[in-house]
This record gives sequence, C-alpha cells and structure tokens, in this order.
Amino acid sequence: MSVFMIFRIAFKSLGRNKLRTALTMLGMIIGVAAVITVVALGQGAQESIETQIRAAGTNLITVNAGNFNMGGVRQGQGASNTLTVEDSRAIRHEILGVQFLAPGVNTRAQVIAGNQNWQTRIQGTDVDLPLIRAWPAKYGGFFTPQDVSSAAKVAVLGGVVTETLFGEEVDPVGQIIRIRNQPFKVVGVMTKKGQAAMGEDQDDAIFVPYTTVQKKLSGQQHINNITISAQSANQVGNTADQIAMLLRSRHNLLPGDTDDFMVRTLEEMASVRSEATKTMRALLASIAGVSLVVGGIGIMNIMLVSVTERTREIGLRLAIGARGSDVLLQFLVEAVALSLVGGAFGIGLGFGVSNGLTRVLEWPTFVSPDAVAVAFGVAAATGVFFGFYPARKASGLDPIEALRYE
Amino acid sequence: MHVSTMPVIATQDLVKTYHLGEVQVRALRGVTVSLDPGEFVAVTGPSGSGKSTFMHILGCLDRPTSGKYFLEGRDVSRLSKDELAAIRNRKIGFVFQGFNLLPRTTALENVELPMLYNGGVRTAERHKRARAALEAVGLADRTAHYPNQLSGGQQQRVAIARALVSSPSIILADEPTGNLDSRTSVEVMDIFQMLNIEHSLTVILITHEHDIAEYATRIITFRDGRIVQDRPADSRRIAKRELAAMPVEESV
Repeated sequence: MSVFMIFRIAFKSLGRNKLRTALTMLGMIIGVAAVITVVALGQGAQESIETQIRAAGTNLITVNAGNFNMGGVRQGQGASNTLTVEDSRAIRHEILGVQFLAPGVNTRAQVIAGNQNWQTRIQGTDVDLPLIRAWPAKYGGFFTPQDVSSAAKVAVLGGVVTETLFGEEVDPVGQIIRIRNQPFKVVGVMTKKGQAAMGEDQDDAIFVPYTTVQKKLSGQQHINNITISAQSANQVGNTADQIAMLLRSRHNLLPGDTDDFMVRTLEEMASVRSEATKTMRALLASIAGVSLVVGGIGIMNIMLVSVTERTREIGLRLAIGARGSDVLLQFLVEAVALSLVGGAFGIGLGFGVSNGLTRVLEWPTFVSPDAVAVAFGVAAATGVFFGFYPARKASGLDPIEALRYE
Repeated sequence: MHVSTMPVIATQDLVKTYHLGEVQVRALRGVTVSLDPGEFVAVTGPSGSGKSTFMHILGCLDRPTSGKYFLEGRDVSRLSKDELAAIRNRKIGFVFQGFNLLPRTTALENVELPMLYNGGVRTAERHKRARAALEAVGLADRTAHYPNQLSGGQQQRVAIARALVSSPSIILADEPTGNLDSRTSVEVMDIFQMLNIEHSLTVILITHEHDIAEYATRIITFRDGRIVQDRPADSRRIAKRELAAMPVEESV
C-alpha cells in the first residue's frame, strides 16, 4: 500500500469522529503552544539583555573597589576604600589598551529645585564617561576638564531627574539646583538610556565631577570604581588582565592574596544575567514539555480506545488480506497524523500567544525557526512513541477472534 | 475415473487441536475432502461440529495442526502469516453473518477495500472493478450510499461485491443469512446462485440451517470434527423461482 493511501485512510478514519479527534488534538495543541510560547519568551528575554548590554557601552571594563570574597568579611562592591585616584591615573598612563577612563565616586543625596525635591544617586565621574557609554546629551553638554580640575559645582542631570524636578520636555540648562544645600548649576541633560545590565535605572542619577564629590559633598579621598573602555573588542580581556596585575602590584598584594578590587568586563556581567534567565527558561520549558507528554498520553489513550472499538474492522481488514504490518502502519499513521496536525495548530497558537504577550504586556518575545522545527519534530516523535503500543496491539490481533468481537 | 480439472480445494486428513489450558479440544479429527471449481457446497452441522474451524482453515485464517490443504494445487497449510494474508487477498472472498462493512464509508469504497492491500491496482482501475462488482449484485445505483442508508439485504450484497472484487478462487460465506429475514435470505441466496451459475464461481456456504443448505449443489455435514455425510442436494431449491412465486413487496 502506498504511503499516500495510508495517509488517506488515516485521515478518513480520524474524520469519522471529528469531536474526539479535535479533543485529542487539543492536548497536543496546548503542549506545543506552551513550548513555543515559553521558548519565545526566553529568547525575547535573552535578546533584550543583549540589547541592554550593547546600550551600556562598547568594550566596557569596570573596576570596583573591594571584593565579594575579601577576608572573612564580605562587603558590597565599591564599599571599601582600596581604590584611589592615583590607581586610575596609573591605569590610564601605563596600560596601552585603555582608550577612555573615568574614576567614579558615588553618593546619594536629596536634590532640591524650586519647590520640587528628589532623592537620587550623585555620580561623581570624569569627562570621558559619555564617550565610554556612547551616551549623548539631550540639552547642553557634559562638564569640562576645567570643571574637574577646579571641582566646580556643575551638574548634568539624568532623564528621570530632569522630569521629576523640572517636568517633561523642559530644558533646565542654566538653572540652579541644590545638592546637600549647596547650589549647583545645571550644564546639561543626558538622553534617556533605560535600565542597565544589572538592573539599576541609569536615568535616575546626577553626574558631577568626581573631584566635586570628593571635596564638596562626601569628603572621601578614595574612589568607588573606575569605568574604562578598551580600544577594541578583542583587547577587552587582555586589558582587563593587565589592569588586575597593575593594581595587584600597586596594592602590594602577595601571590595567593585575594584581590582587593574586582575587574569585570561587560561579557561577564552579561553571562551572569544570561545564566539566570537560562535556568528560568529551562525550568519553564520542562514544565511545557510535561504538557507535551500529557498530550501524548492523551493520544495513546484515545488510540487504545479506538483499537478496541474497531476490533471488528481490524479483523475484517486482516481477513481481506491486510498484513499485520499494514494494520500497524495504519494506526501508527493515525497517531502521528493526530500529533502532527495538533502540532501545526499548536505552533500557530504559540505564535498568537507570543504576539499577544508582546502586544498586551509588552514582554519581549521571539519565535525562532529552530523552536518551531524542534516543536514539530517533538510532536511527530510523540505521535510515534505513544502511537506504537496501540498500533502493535492492533496488528497482533487474531483475525478470527477479532471478527467475532462484539 | 474421468480426466477432470484440478480440484480448487483438496484437503488430506486435516486435524486441528486447540489447547485450552489442560484441556485439549479436538476441533477437526481428520478431514479429507475435494472440491471442484464451480461447485456450490454447503457445509452444515450443529455448533461445535467443527465446521467453523474447517472454514477458518479453508479461508487461510488459521493453520491445521496436521494434515495438508491444497488451494488450486498449492500446499498452503504451512505458509507464514504474511503469505496467508496475500492468499486471502487474492484467492478468497469472505462474506460474514454481520456484513462487516466499514461505517461512514460508501458502498463503493467498502468494495474497493481488498484492492488497497493488493499493491499495484491503480485508482481508476479500482473504481472500475468495484463498480462492476456492485453491478453484478444489482447495486449499481447505490455506490455512493453509506451502510446505514442501506437495508440488511443490500448491505450483505455490498459485502458479496467486496468478496467478488478481486476475482477470488472461492467465496467463503459464513452464515450469510443469519441476520436476515426469510425473504431477504432468499434474495441473497439468489445472488450466490446467480454468481455460481453465470460466473461459475466456487461458493462454500457455512450454515446450520438445513433449508438454506438446500440452495447448494452438494451438502457436507460435520459432526464431532468429522465429515459424517457428503451428498449432492437431491431437491435443490432455486431462489429465483421462489422469489417469482413470492408476493411482491416493497423492498425495505
């Protein structure tokens, strides 16, 4: 019997009981749709992380004071006073791969402008920061090297801060704001950049010269971090290693001592986030996979019922010359047809749900062709796997017994 | 002994023993018989006489425990399952008591069924042969009907057409009138007699009803797994004549 004939017979017998066929398929449809949707969500999350990483700046290296694992006392990054302005100067002058560099001194403060006030991050930094982060100003510009050397009271506002203090679409350049009761002149406003790779809102900050923070605001001599960009992408790793070596020798660390700083590249930070989403994705995908198995069991169940119901039909087919293998193939193809058609509908539904999630909840989703191919393949495999037992049962029937079956 | 054509069926000392746990059931205890082409044979006997087992072996649905069975001169008693399936497909046409038509499948498609398992028959050829078979049983105008739209007699005629369609060596009819009323039974027997006479088809009719057996040309009686009587039908009933004599009814 030709393959075409076998498929025709299978679809015909599935067509004889449409409601049951549809209900059996439903299990498959839901299973496949769940897998497609979950994978699409995972892919979407991955893509959006990558977009954020790219937005953070290219070839980025950060050095934070202190280390998670330093001594017995675990401290947050940037909390210790192991980094100095001299360290950052040494890095700038001694390491060739460094393109831009900005020491960072952070504090938090209440900011007042007119009758508005806002608690935000005060980020002391250097003139290189917009270059490192590829971050243009919306109004005005960044502060100048003269501002840094004179520890001038000038401020560049993040998008969120501007909107809170002055309102949307207002150019506040030239206005005076008060930080810890000291007047600062607004010289610029940054464009909005959104969430950073580690989750903080980059627009909820005020940028001032790091010297200003040290001398006028917090009084601290050490710096919290250094933001660096390497000259090219393939120099990032090498440059990071050289920075670590330089700092170890400057801090007089012996071999075997733990670093009292942390040098990290953007790739590392990205991979931490990806690991987390990967775990989540695997968990969700396995839950979706379970529903696929349940769908498969549904098919097996209905095929077993169908074999029992059609015992006389099987007996007749055997009597008029069907071989055991013909009957096996017929029932196997029926099961595979159920799972494949169900799988096809499931892929459609998965597409729809993914799009709906993106549209209504604004969750990023991406249905990859790979996921569709895998889902379809798994659906077919499920059909074969769960269809085989009932089909073998059918093909093993004794024609005499089967013909007598009431 | 005159020179005759080769018998279509010849058995030598057929024995069939079933093992039901500890108990041995000797369904056939040595059956030797020979049937010529074109014979219309009725096999009768009470239930448990072994006639059903005999039919299963003749129909290649079962194999004898010992003894030999020649179908058109070929020993088929030791063939494999798949070989038997091929023999059933090409050499044997079955007609059952319960019609065994596929539901929700047209008469034409039901008749085409055996040809689906016979490799090389093309679709056009299949339709043509199935139509011819339905015509032969007088159902040319019912090809597109579903079984549930046909009367019992018509359904059995579809089943006969299905048995005919691959031009088998023998037609095996197992209680074909068991589910039919008497008039319809006569109609069905008329079809068998017509096929036997006009198409010289060999028909083997298994029945426990003596009056139905009388439509055959030869009656073989089984008892306790043996043939106890093998005689020509001395007062053969002719279905066509009986139908003509019956009062005209609206067919159901």
